Amino acid sequence: MENIDLGTNIGSLALKNPVMTASGTFGYGLEFADFVDLSRIGGIIVKGTTLEPRQGNAYPRMAETAQGMLNCVGLQNKGVDYFCEHIYPEVRKIDTAVLVNVSGNSPETYAECARRIAELEDIPAIELNISCPNVKQGGMAFGVTCEGAASVVKAVRAAYPKTLIVKLSPNVTSIADIARAVEAEGADAVSLINTLMGMAIDAEKRRPILSIGTGGLSGPAVKPVALRMVWQVYDAVKIPIVGLGGIMNATDAVEFMLAGATAVEIGTANFIDPAVTVKVVEGIADYLQRHGMTSVRELIGAAHLDR
Amino acid sequence: MDKMKKYILDLVVRHITQPRPGYVLLQLTDPERPLPAMLPGQFVEVRVDGSPTTFLRRPISINFVDREANELWLLVHAVGDGTRALAQLQEGAVVNIVAPLGNGFTLPTTTSERYLLVGGGVGTAPLLYMGQELLSRGCRPVFLLGARSAQDLLQLELFRAIGDVYVTTEDGSEGERGFVTQHSLWADVDATQQWRICTCGPKPMMVAVSRLAREKGLPCEASLENLMACGLGACLCCVEDTTEGHVCVCKEGPVFNVEKLKW
Repeated sequence: MENIDLGTNIGSLALKNPVMTASGTFGYGLEFADFVDLSRIGGIIVKGTTLEPRQGNAYPRMAETAQGMLNCVGLQNKGVDYFCEHIYPEVRKIDTAVLVNVSGNSPETYAECARRIAELEDIPAIELNISCPNVKQGGMAFGVTCEGAASVVKAVRAAYPKTLIVKLSPNVTSIADIARAVEAEGADAVSLINTLMGMAIDAEKRRPILSIGTGGLSGPAVKPVALRMVWQVYDAVKIPIVGLGGIMNATDAVEFMLAGATAVEIGTANFIDPAVTVKVVEGIADYLQRHGMTSVRELIGAAHLDR
Repeated sequence: MDKMKKYILDLVVRHITQPRPGYVLLQLTDPERPLPAMLPGQFVEVRVDGSPTTFLRRPISINFVDREANELWLLVHAVGDGTRALAQLQEGAVVNIVAPLGNGFTLPTTTSERYLLVGGGVGTAPLLYMGQELLSRGCRPVFLLGARSAQDLLQLELFRAIGDVYVTTEDGSEGERGFVTQHSLWADVDATQQWRICTCGPKPMMVAVSRLAREKGLPCEASLENLMACGLGACLCCVEDTTEGHVCVCKEGPVFNVEKLKW
C-alpha cells in the first residue's frame, strides 16, 4: 500500500496519518510503548495539563455503562512546569506529533499555561480543553456559551502562535454556534466531542457511584451523537475538525472523516485494546485501497452530498 | 518492577474448574510460547467477550503461575455480568489478557525473613503464588486465611502443600472462630523474628491487619482492588489517596506498603 497517502493537515500541522490519541486515555504515550510502535500513530495528545498541579476528584472516579464508561477524574496532573521539566524530555523523543491538552480556570491561566508550552520546540500544537465536565471552576463552564468559549480562545490565541485546536463540549444546545465562535477568535481547528455529561446510581446503596455525582460518558455509546455533531460543525466552519467519540475501529474512524473530520482521536478504545491505534491506521489504509482511493484526504466530508 | 514488559496475549483455557459454588479457577496456557515473567501480587486485565453489558476488561490477580505446565491461573469470583461470563468459558476457549500489570509483593532478600500471608475471601488468590515464590527462595510461608464459613475457604489443600496454614471462620465451622486479626497465632508474631506481613482481601480486613502490624512494628504490604479501567496508569480512575497524593492503584500498586496509605 505504498501508493496510499495517509497524511493529513490540521492547519499548519502535518500529520503522518489521521489517527491521534485522545487526551486522558493514552497517558503520555510511553505507557503504551510495549503494545504499539508509537511512531506509527499520527499524533499523541497527552493528558490535560494545567498551570498549577491538581489532585483531581476523590475516588470512585469511574463507572462502567452499557457500551461505555463514565469518568470524573477532574484533570489530575502535576502542572505545566512539571510537564516541561520532567515529561517533555521523554515525550519529545517519540517520532510523531505530540500535542498537549491545556486546561485552566480563567482565560489568564489558560493563556499562561499555553505560553509555557509554546516554548517547547517539539510540541507543535495544543488542544484547548474548554469542555471538561468534571471540574467546578473553568473547564466546561467556558465551553457551553459562545462568549465563554470566545474569551478563552482570544486570550490563548494572543499567547500561543502555533497550531491551536479547541476541544468542544457536546453538552450544548448548538455546537455549531460554539464552533463558529472559536473560529472567529482565531482557532486553527476544533476537536469534538469531549464527554457527554451523565451519571450512574447504585440501586442497592441508593447513592451515585461517582464521587462527585456526575461524570463524562465516553465509548461507543456516544458515537452517534459525536458523528452528528461533526456533521453539523462541518457545515458551520471552514477550519479543520478533529473527530472523536466512541471510535473503536477503522470503520468508525472512516465514518468520522466522511462526516467531515480531517483527523480523528481514539480514546476509550485504548482501554479495551491497547494496540487499537495502529490497527485503525492499517484499517484506514485497507479501506482506501478497497475503494480505489489514493489519499485519506478524499474522505473528508465526502458523505455531504451537497458539497 | 513496573518496567517489566507487558504483553497482549491470546491464551487458551486448558482447564476450568469450580473450587466452590460461585468461584471458578481458569488454568490458561499459551500453546506457542512460554508465558512472560510475572510476579506474585501482579494482575492481568481480561477482555470479556460475549457479554453485552460488559465493556471494560476485568482486572484479576495472578493466582498461580505453573512454569512447568506453562499455565497462568486466575481464580474468579463470579459476582457480576463480566465475571459470570468468564465463569461460563469452556475448555479450549481463547481468552485475551494484558499482562503482567502493576507491582507485586516485596520478595525476600535473605532466607531469615518470615512471611505471614493474611488473606480473606477471594483475596487469598495472589497469596498462593506469593507462597510458592517464597518457598522457592527458601522461606517457608505461614498463611492465615479467613472466610465466613468453612465452605467459603478456597484452595486450602494447595496452601497446605506450600506452607503452614491457619484458618479463621466467622461461624467457627473451620479453624478458630472470628476474624483473621483475632487468631491466637498473632501472639507469636513480633518484630524480633523479622516477620513481614502481606495481606489481600476485603478492605476492612486489610485495614485491621495493617493496624495490627503497625502496633507490632512489622512491615506490612496490602494489595488493593480499586475500580479500574485501563490497568496501565493512563486513565487515572483507580486512584488511592496516599501520603504522596492520588496515585494509580494499577500502576503504583496494586501492592502498597501500608505506611503509604491513609488507613
